[in-house]
Amino acid sequence: MDCDWPHDLDAALSALADDPDAMLLAGGTDVMVEVNAGHANPEHVIALRRIDALRGWNGHRIGAGVTYTEMERGPYPALAQLARTVGSPQIRNAGTIGGNLGTASPAGDTLPFLAALDAEVELHSARKGVRTMRWDGFLVGVKQNARRSDEIIAAVRLPGGIPERQEFGKIGVRNAMVISMVSACVMRDGEHGTRVALGAVGPTPIRARRAEEMISTEPNPSEAALGEFVRLVREEVRPISDHRGTEAYRRHASGVLARRLLERCLAP
Amino acid sequence: MTSTAIGSEVTAGVGTSADRPDGIPKVTGDFAYSSDLSARGTLWGATLRSPHAHARITKLDIGPALRVPGVAAIMTLDDVPGRSTFGLDVADQPVMSDGVVRYWGEAIAIVAADDAEDARRALSAIDVEYEVLTPLIDPEEADVREEVFRRLTVRRGDPGDRGEIVVEGYYETGMQDQAPLGPEAGLAIPDGEGGVDLYVATQWSHVDHEQIVASLAVDPQMVRVHLSGIGGAFGAREDVSIQIHLCLLALQTGRPVRMVYNRAESFMGHVHRHPSRMWYRHEAARDGELVRVEAKLLLDGGAYMSSSPAVIANAAYFAVGPYRCRSVHVDGVMVRTNNPPCGAMRGFGAVQSCFGYESQMDRLAEALAMDPLELRLRNALETGDHLATTGQRIDGSLPTADVINRLRAIPLPPELDASHPLHLPGGTGLTTSPENVVRGVGYAVGIKNLMFSEAFDDFTEVRIAINPVGVEIQTAAAEVGQGLITVCQQIARSVLNMEHVAVIFADTSQIGSAGSTSASRQTQMTGGAVLAAATELRDRILAEHDGDRLDQHGVWRDGELRMSLDDLCLRGPTEHHVRFRHPPTERPDENGQGNLHVDFAVAAHRAVVDVDPELGLVRIVRVDTVQDVGKVLNPKALVGQIEGGIMQGVGLAIMEELVLEDGAVRNANFTDYLLPTFADAPDVVAEFVEEPSHFGPFGAKGAGEPPTISSTPAVAAAIRAATGRPITRVPIHPDDIVGI
Amino acid sequence: MYVNGLDQTVDIRGPESLLDVLRDDLALPGSKNACEQGECGSCSVVLDGDVVCACLVMAVDAHGSTVRTVEGYADNDVLHPVQMALLEGGGVQCGFCTPGFVVAAAELFDVNPTPSTDEIREALAGNVCRCTGYGAILRGLEELADRNRREPAP
Repeated sequence: MDCDWPHDLDAALSALADDPDAMLLAGGTDVMVEVNAGHANPEHVIALRRIDALRGWNGHRIGAGVTYTEMERGPYPALAQLARTVGSPQIRNAGTIGGNLGTASPAGDTLPFLAALDAEVELHSARKGVRTMRWDGFLVGVKQNARRSDEIIAAVRLPGGIPERQEFGKIGVRNAMVISMVSACVMRDGEHGTRVALGAVGPTPIRARRAEEMISTEPNPSEAALGEFVRLVREEVRPISDHRGTEAYRRHASGVLARRLLERCLAP
Repeated sequence: MTSTAIGSEVTAGVGTSADRPDGIPKVTGDFAYSSDLSARGTLWGATLRSPHAHARITKLDIGPALRVPGVAAIMTLDDVPGRSTFGLDVADQPVMSDGVVRYWGEAIAIVAADDAEDARRALSAIDVEYEVLTPLIDPEEADVREEVFRRLTVRRGDPGDRGEIVVEGYYETGMQDQAPLGPEAGLAIPDGEGGVDLYVATQWSHVDHEQIVASLAVDPQMVRVHLSGIGGAFGAREDVSIQIHLCLLALQTGRPVRMVYNRAESFMGHVHRHPSRMWYRHEAARDGELVRVEAKLLLDGGAYMSSSPAVIANAAYFAVGPYRCRSVHVDGVMVRTNNPPCGAMRGFGAVQSCFGYESQMDRLAEALAMDPLELRLRNALETGDHLATTGQRIDGSLPTADVINRLRAIPLPPELDASHPLHLPGGTGLTTSPENVVRGVGYAVGIKNLMFSEAFDDFTEVRIAINPVGVEIQTAAAEVGQGLITVCQQIARSVLNMEHVAVIFADTSQIGSAGSTSASRQTQMTGGAVLAAATELRDRILAEHDGDRLDQHGVWRDGELRMSLDDLCLRGPTEHHVRFRHPPTERPDENGQGNLHVDFAVAAHRAVVDVDPELGLVRIVRVDTVQDVGKVLNPKALVGQIEGGIMQGVGLAIMEELVLEDGAVRNANFTDYLLPTFADAPDVVAEFVEEPSHFGPFGAKGAGEPPTISSTPAVAAAIRAATGRPITRVPIHPDDIVGI
Repeated sequence: MYVNGLDQTVDIRGPESLLDVLRDDLALPGSKNACEQGECGSCSVVLDGDVVCACLVMAVDAHGSTVRTVEGYADNDVLHPVQMALLEGGGVQCGFCTPGFVVAAAELFDVNPTPSTDEIREALAGNVCRCTGYGAILRGLEELADRNRREPAP
């Protein structure tokens, strides 16, 4: 097996251009599960950990190599909340936001946050330069994304006007170190209204847009409005049953969790 | 025994929290577990396993695999020189598949290769084709089809004895896994003369030895099984996993072979806790007197027998719990299916029925409008009573009412303090606010037999010797982490007044069996044997040399040293060997009646839970317990057993289950087989009742299993109390709490 | 790479984990192989200053890195305070999880010598113990935190 340890992004991109089949290695927390199980046996690895350009965090641009531990200490409350729920400190020290996008698991913990903000994924290629894709163009299915084989996920860009009120919640059977059965991120401000994104209840994150529009900027929704909000969220999610939870529970819990997060955003 | 002054002369004798001798190497990383072993020129062993729960093998060609570079041997059932099967009770399980696959993960072939990667390549090069058959996965269907390992009837009292108040219920428990952190692992080294030394993590080296010898078809002395460092057991290491395979490969290749299962293979490579279905009917008089209990207990033994016959016996004999009852009618059925084989796990059958009968006792209390603890006290089984099922008179201690009363007196924990998310259901997932939380409190009481039952010839051997530096104990008893080695040291120190005691794990050629480290038996059995051997040795020395006292200086008389330890070691006697048995037990008659058990222990648990009923999430705040332990030999180790056992009970209550689909395990990994973490662990308040056992050393009783028995129904009761939901199955899913 | 202060060179041929290399090539079997998925913490090591699961580090990615394993905590016969705390609390039974607890707890106490009970629980939630139920581990570490509160390091 060959391995490159580039220190700058251009070197990584050119290595990838030469061998688009190379495995990109960031924190390793997803990749190595596959390797250890014998499901992945790369012949060429490009290790991205040493590339400073991927590790930077400048305002609304979060480098792909930013770890969950760094997100926990970052400025966005919901991102910090979700980062705290990811695995254990050991995982959070290694796992990265770029890795979460690369794996594109339905249960990826950063994804509802990125969906709620309509974040964009910044992809770099040696030949084709830089392009950005909105999250919903990038995440195309269960563990599938639109990264081309010569591209590296370099950063996540958050659009301007990030609501101050933002809440994240994640449901699992354990009280720590658990893969989510349902996760949700709700954000709200007077300008953009309400945003509701849910994870692990569809192949990719789900924006509950009808629920968002219904509740909009209503400052003091009635019980009936909140009930309708819950009903719409439950209609909009597309969960399945698997060994982690049932479709019925996920649908039910999506509504409960979204409402609770909304109420937290509404609280004075 | 009466002449023994307990711990008076030594600092780390009986009753102290003596340090573990293996503690320092375990914190420095120096302790060698079976998965850490290697030798010069060691080959890696690996196992090909069936991806199907039931299939006929239509083609098995190892030819292509033999050509993989680095491969030293590939073996199938045809290469087993001796008995082609193994098993704890009945040898019904093929060493490798006999052409039919009967469960998911069944071994088909084994390989030895230069390294792990070569071994993996060889496995994938084996050409195997299956004709997939329909697996029998429904235990009720297996019962109808008479696919049965053991059927047991317990009939006692007058079947016409009926109570005015009747409650009926149906309950289920899921398939739990012991999930010891140390994987199955071992190293087999051929001796060059046709024999082999096996270093392995096991609960019972001698019974491994018997099975290895039978399959290798060699003289018993040709195989020596050595205890290696054991990373937990909880029942998972009572059956053979890698033992026969490793010895076959080592003898075939003439080279040392090591094998280490990964976590997924570990889930395939050992037995699990039997899932159960239980139908119960309790009848009581208006004053709460339990009159009649009827039960049908159906346990799924999976594809092969393992210890299933003894597990269903325990489930049935403890089907009423620690309560008096005049009339009992219990049917126990252990069926054979194509699900993964089940066998020993901490609590061993008593866990399943405890969830049933304690759920019923709560229902009965509700029907009687009686306090649940009052109902239990009204019927509490005590010394002098007869076990409701087998009719055995309880002659030893059984302080059931005492454990209940003491438990009730422990103050409840304070109200919810939401200062940290880990105090709330959902934890750091931030799902739940304090206003979403309802608190519930639930109680349960459990009973278990200690040591082996039903006329099993249960013995242990110990050799004790003094030498110029102190004492050496030899035993084949497995130290699985519970602290047996410490307790043996403490007992020897207290009897012989010598501080330095070494415990040596003898291999199967050096000493007789110690029996299994299971059934809460080693403290009473091997601990008892150490007490007997040490006492006998001391008395022989004092008689021989006319002393009145022995200690690390030598033999004393009237306060004067008569003989130094060095002299004593030259002149003897210096050694004593015992084969130690507990009082005999009987086989059951056709109605399940008889004196089947040696000793019993009871424990009571109280769970306090905070539940988020809308999301079905639970935070277990505290589990309090009072346990009947006979006599505390090592307080720190005892609390460790109790807290650890409770956590496994909590795991079964709310998260631990192997999920099957067509007989295949869907969650054979630690991502989805969830073990309680530090963030899930409740605080525990543990108290002991010390009413001496009639048999244990210094009156001690085995203590490993009772914590795992009634903790599960206590959590279930607390969740019922918080939510009003029926909760008839464990583990309890969020759906069950929400009511979906 | 630099392992417990020693410069080590290993010939790595495949994508194997740092855990495998430590155990099989560097004769450092103290880090344990319990799950190989980052779910149990038994293989915790410190890599370039951060505690991580060695099973999830591709060994080649430790090229030039500094690694501290459980074998690097005791100073000859003098145990690290966390090792003492685990022993004194009774937090060692089978001991298979213990190396991971030593590493993760030592790093916690390095950053925060006086963690609260909740901070201990959360910081060690990735270290699974099957024997103790965590109570004895917690008591040992709480006692260490108390001692640090009473006698702050200079």
